[in-house]
Amino acid sequence: MNDMVLETRAILETRDLHMAFGGLVIFDCMNFALRRGERHAIIGPNGAGKTTFVSLVTGLLKPKSGNVFLDGRIITNDTPQQRVKAGMVRTFQINSLFKALNPLESVVLALLERDNKARLSLRSVSAETELIDEAMALLTQFDLARDAYGLTEALPYGKQRLLEIVLAVALRPKLLLLDEPAAGLSTQQGHEVFSQLAHLSKDTAILFIEHDMNLVFRYADVVSVFAAGALVMQDTPENVRKSPRVREVYLGN
Amino acid sequence: MSALERLTSDHAKAATGYFALLARWNIWEVLFWLALAGMYFVPNVDLVLMSQIFIWGLFAMSLDILLGYRGIPSLGHAAFFGVGAYVAGYCGKFGWTEPISALVLAMAIAAIVGWLTGKLVQRVTGVGLLMVTLGLNLILYDLVHRSTDLTGGDDGLQGVTIAPVFGLFRFDIFGRTAFWYALIMAFLLFAVARAVVKSPFGLALLGARENPRRMIMLGAPVEGDVSRAFALGAALAGAAGALLTQTTQFVSPNTLSFQRSADVLVILIIGGTGRLYGGFVGALVFLILRDWLAAISPVYWYFWIGLLLVIVVSFFRKGLLPSVEALINRWKPSKAEEPSQRVPPA
Repeated sequence: MNDMVLETRAILETRDLHMAFGGLVIFDCMNFALRRGERHAIIGPNGAGKTTFVSLVTGLLKPKSGNVFLDGRIITNDTPQQRVKAGMVRTFQINSLFKALNPLESVVLALLERDNKARLSLRSVSAETELIDEAMALLTQFDLARDAYGLTEALPYGKQRLLEIVLAVALRPKLLLLDEPAAGLSTQQGHEVFSQLAHLSKDTAILFIEHDMNLVFRYADVVSVFAAGALVMQDTPENVRKSPRVREVYLGN
Repeated sequence: MSALERLTSDHAKAATGYFALLARWNIWEVLFWLALAGMYFVPNVDLVLMSQIFIWGLFAMSLDILLGYRGIPSLGHAAFFGVGAYVAGYCGKFGWTEPISALVLAMAIAAIVGWLTGKLVQRVTGVGLLMVTLGLNLILYDLVHRSTDLTGGDDGLQGVTIAPVFGLFRFDIFGRTAFWYALIMAFLLFAVARAVVKSPFGLALLGARENPRRMIMLGAPVEGDVSRAFALGAALAGAAGALLTQTTQFVSPNTLSFQRSADVLVILIIGGTGRLYGGFVGALVFLILRDWLAAISPVYWYFWIGLLLVIVVSFFRKGLLPSVEALINRWKPSKAEEPSQRVPPA
């Protein structure tokens, strides 16, 4: 019974979120909920407020009023670090990696930070055998094992995107936010990235912004349509696809 | 065990081996320290100059923790050196003559000053950092310089007495004890710094040097790590300062001068950042050259130091040591299958 309640409680919720830049109102009253384990896509035309919404959720921007809840707790005023520790992790539209560290070192570093083990000590990193094993397993899972010791900046773009995602997944987030994970990738690579994400445990809910409708309709359980700062529709991919309202938003009147 | 499981476990073993290899002492390191110790037996060697080299090397290495590993430039590093030097000086003046415990106390106080400095600058970046560290250095210098009643002002602290090391080895005028004391302390502290930079904390410093914003999105305590890096760097700089006081039995405001902050930066850049040894190599080159040039032209030797700096930065870019490493690696037969023992470029 208790489990049932947990299953259905929202992992992410926003209540009456109000955001404006100067006199320009972006959202007036945004109420949004995302359930545990959901694969949730946000779509909408340019200027619909998608990126602003994600920035509010991750703490890059502060709302004028309203609250953001993660797993039932208010996080509106938490720092980005506190949000990560609370289980909310994001990736970036542009690759943001550690140039001088190789992929293995980067992932080990992420795991050390997740477990708060990167504190002052005299013990070599090699003593953390369990974390190193976990790092290697993650790299293998995302098909990066052969690149583990190579220069990060020499990796092809698609592999850098994958490494970006591995760094986020390594933190075992409750909620993973992906801002256009397939941007700059070929259709084939985009599908590879999403099929890897589809295999992640349902302990991690995923919220992603994506322009490629094929990816959205194939991999999302729920789709939210944003237009002009409002949540126009939130439903299954089939219903969204059929909706005349959505067509109108995208194609104009 | 399935083929896939075996493959995964092989990968994991190789990965642990990679980190173990990074932490292992290699033959060049052993030879380097043996060569420094061996200098004692070279006929007509200037032992006092050699202990100065060890002290400057340790001092430059302490700056490397901040600049090479965390990417924080400091123009005020002499402040921590001076704090250590004066703590050791006051100890010697007021009867705490045992050198090793006084060295530890000097490190502890320098670490506290460093930690507070870190708290102050943890949100500052780039040129701002240079200015804040320089400003703090100047403030401290002026305080010490002006408080003549407390510090002796320009004349320095008089009457510093240092007891023999372990009650056995008196600091003699030939600098024999000073040589071994400075070398062994520099080596021990080097070994500690080496362990720290190969530890998870060292990896976190490199991560923050490369991309502090990404580190924040890993939930890393980036700002706290700045304070911890400053505390560590300051403790090591303070140890160098204390060693100078103890081996010369004298302290003057010179220990916290801006000139010293600039010199240590020059030494580290000449030697090469981000490998700890750069400080020691830079100190060897800088002090031997300075000693030699000062004998030839006592007034104009900074001309040649300036020229050396221009040449090193223009042609060797990352400093002498990394350039030598690159040369050796080119000659070595390539071992493509093994993970290379790569030191992150500075």
